[in-house]
Parts: sequence; C-alpha cells; structure tokens
Amino acid sequence: MLLPRFEYRHATSLLQGMTLLAESPEARALAGGTDLLVDLRERRQQARLLVDISQLAELRGIDAADGEVRLGGGVTVGELLASPLVAAALPALHRAARAFADFLTRNKATLGGNLANASPGADLVVPLLALDARVVLAAPAGERTLALDAFVLGPRRTALGAGELVRAVLVPRAEGRQSFHKLGLKRGGPIAVVSVATRVRLDAGGRVTGAAVALGAVAPRPVRAVEAEASLLGAPLTPDRIARAADLAAAAARPIDDVRGSRAYRQAMVRALVARDLAAAQTEGG
Amino acid sequence: MRTIELTLNGQRTRVAVEPHETLLWVLRHRLAATEVKSGCERGDCGACAVILDGKAVNSCLALAVQAEAKSVVTVRGLGSPEAPHPLQAAFIELGAAQCGICIPGMLVTLYAFLRDTPRAGRAEIREAIGGNLCRCTGYQKIVDAAESAARRLLAQGTDGARRT
Repeated sequence: MLLPRFEYRHATSLLQGMTLLAESPEARALAGGTDLLVDLRERRQQARLLVDISQLAELRGIDAADGEVRLGGGVTVGELLASPLVAAALPALHRAARAFADFLTRNKATLGGNLANASPGADLVVPLLALDARVVLAAPAGERTLALDAFVLGPRRTALGAGELVRAVLVPRAEGRQSFHKLGLKRGGPIAVVSVATRVRLDAGGRVTGAAVALGAVAPRPVRAVEAEASLLGAPLTPDRIARAADLAAAAARPIDDVRGSRAYRQAMVRALVARDLAAAQTEGG
Repeated sequence: MRTIELTLNGQRTRVAVEPHETLLWVLRHRLAATEVKSGCERGDCGACAVILDGKAVNSCLALAVQAEAKSVVTVRGLGSPEAPHPLQAAFIELGAAQCGICIPGMLVTLYAFLRDTPRAGRAEIREAIGGNLCRCTGYQKIVDAAESAARRLLAQGTDGARRT
C-alpha cells in the first residue's frame, strides 16, 4: 500500500529545516518516522511536505554538562539505550528506553519525536517528568527552554509553535534512587497500560528529602502525582506512609476505560507499582 | 520522480523514485528485491526489516529517498545458497522456517543484533526479535537456531557477513 503523495526535502541545517517548516503550514518534520509515516498512511495526519530532520548534526549528541545531561532531540531510543552516561546518570530513562517498542523501532524512533507526538503513555516522557527535565525548543527566531511539564499539554498537543523543533532535553542529575516500570498487554515492547517513574532521595536517617512520582497512560498526558510526593517528604518510608502515597498516586490518576484496560484496573496498578517502588527505595536506600 | 543512488547488497544501484514511496515498496517493485517481505506496513511485524547504513530497521517506515547514498543490506546480502551465513545455515539445519514469510526479517534483525551483542543469551535473543512476528508461532526453533548461530559466530570471532 502506498502513502498519500507529499513532497520531501532533506534538511541540511537546523535553520534551513526550521525555516521550511515555518514557511509551509502543511509541512511536518520527519525524524524517525515510526509514528508520522503510520499516521499518514492511515490518514490520521496530513502533510504536503515532509522536512527530513533525521540527519541533522545539531540534533545529535548525549553530553554531560553543569550537573545535567543534555540529550539531542534527534537521538534515537537505541542510542539512549547504548549510552553508558544515560545508564549511569539517568537509570529511569534507561529503563524506559529498554521497555520502548522493539529493537527495530528503537533504531529509528527519536527522543524528540516521542515528546512531540505527546501520547498520553509516551514511554520517555514519564521518567523525564519525574527527573524534572526541561525542553529546549529551537525556532528560526531563536531558542527557548520550557519545563517538560509545560511542554506536553494533552493528547497529541504540545507547546511547539510553527517551525519549532525539539532541539534538546536537559535532565538534572538527581541523587537517590530512580525507577521506571511499564505494564503492557505483552512482554515485548507493548504500548503502556500504565507506566510509573519514581525518584526518591533519603538522608542518613532514612527520611525522605526528595520525591517524585510520574504516571503515564492514566490521564490525557503524563502527570506528576504531587500530593503523593508531598506526603512522603520529611519522614521515613514506613509501610503506612508508602500505602498512603500509593493511594494518593492512584487518586491522581484519571484513566479511561479502553481496549487495553479499565479505569479501575489502571488505578489499582498505579497503587501497586508506586507501593512496590517505594518499598524498594526503603530497602535499598535512596 | 528523482533518481537516487544506493548500495544494495554491495552493488551500486540507481533507481528513480517518488518522494512518498517507501524503501520497502521501491525494493520490491522497482529493484526486484522481493526477498524483503511486506507484512503489516506499520512497523509492527518486522517482515520488511533491512540493514540501512548498519542499523536494522523496518523498511516500511523509511522513505526510499532517505536511502540516497546509503547502504541497504537484505537477507540476500547475508549469504548465498552456496555460502550461507551461519544464521541461515542454522535456520536450515534446525528447521526454523515454517511458512517462511517472517524469516528474511528475522535473519536480518538477528544478524544486526548479534553483530552488536555477540554474547547474547536466549532471553536477550527473544527480546531482540520482539518486533518480528511469526504467525506460524514457530519461535522455539527460531530462537534455537539463533542461539546455535550465535555460538558459532562467537567461536569464529566474526559477524559472518559475506564481503562483497
């Protein structure tokens, strides 16, 4: 089966790519193509022009800088998975890359694409949200940096303007234990029914000095369970406190019933996954 | 139409393509590379996997124009009936193919995976073919053959590819 007709331009610089996108309202940026080409084929999106940004050197690279890690928007999921820096500094993101689709898809799909497509269950967004990531957006007029929480607005809705591209993602190096879990309908690379990322830091006395809980596929976009986080601060991770935080996280979930799972199941799984992660943080130390 | 030049299984090849034609479509319909199979055409099944500039990808999710000046290796580029790649030989010896439609994609995926992960065990091999669906459900023999080939490749210390 053929794709609908469109024109194609291979961007040779970031500026040229952004200018082409800004000038033509019916242009779309082509990075890995693992979502866009499927959407075009199935008529969920239309485009007159595809601007290929997949070869742009400006969008590549995984680098350590000033207490944070800078990930290029064009970095593939396979590159995240192969990066010793990501494995060591951002284990929650590394686990999400490992749970992302399959080997073939990971070789094409990009970080910027996962953010810009803004699926409610986007695998990479959930750990990045728990890690307080920021997004660097580039446009012909210049760059701006947004909190990831202010970038992803809803299903397939982001703060990206015309001609704007995800240039990079900045992730602070966090102390403590971080984790990511995804539940799907099969073991190999499923779409998330529920995903949970946590980050917990404990002091020498075992009291929580920092906590983040992010949830995927249980709301129109990945969300932070802020009440659950606040309930953990300043005290040790006792079984009562873990149960209370897990309940608050489940209450923060606003899932729908769909083919992959019911609302009640998703809420129960949020509670179970959050409780399990916090219990592990208590055992292993933050 | 525009003419692109790529290297297909070691051969410099020129072909005229439309911008919206996928690499899969051009391989099958303009370059007679029908060893690349068409399955779901939405990146779910892995039947169309090829090696594009060293990376195993679904060719249904690449545009042909994106292969300009790049190397494409299909299952035909891994070995020949006279000199099969160790993966191909193991698939034959262990009867890993049933209807056969998934096998070119399986072989190409496993070739790239074992090249990068030569010490992979059974669990990692199973994970590597998570995006390659066999609707005959013949996974046990496929994984058996991949494990056998992995051992042979490791002993040889090469990726086993034919050099053309």
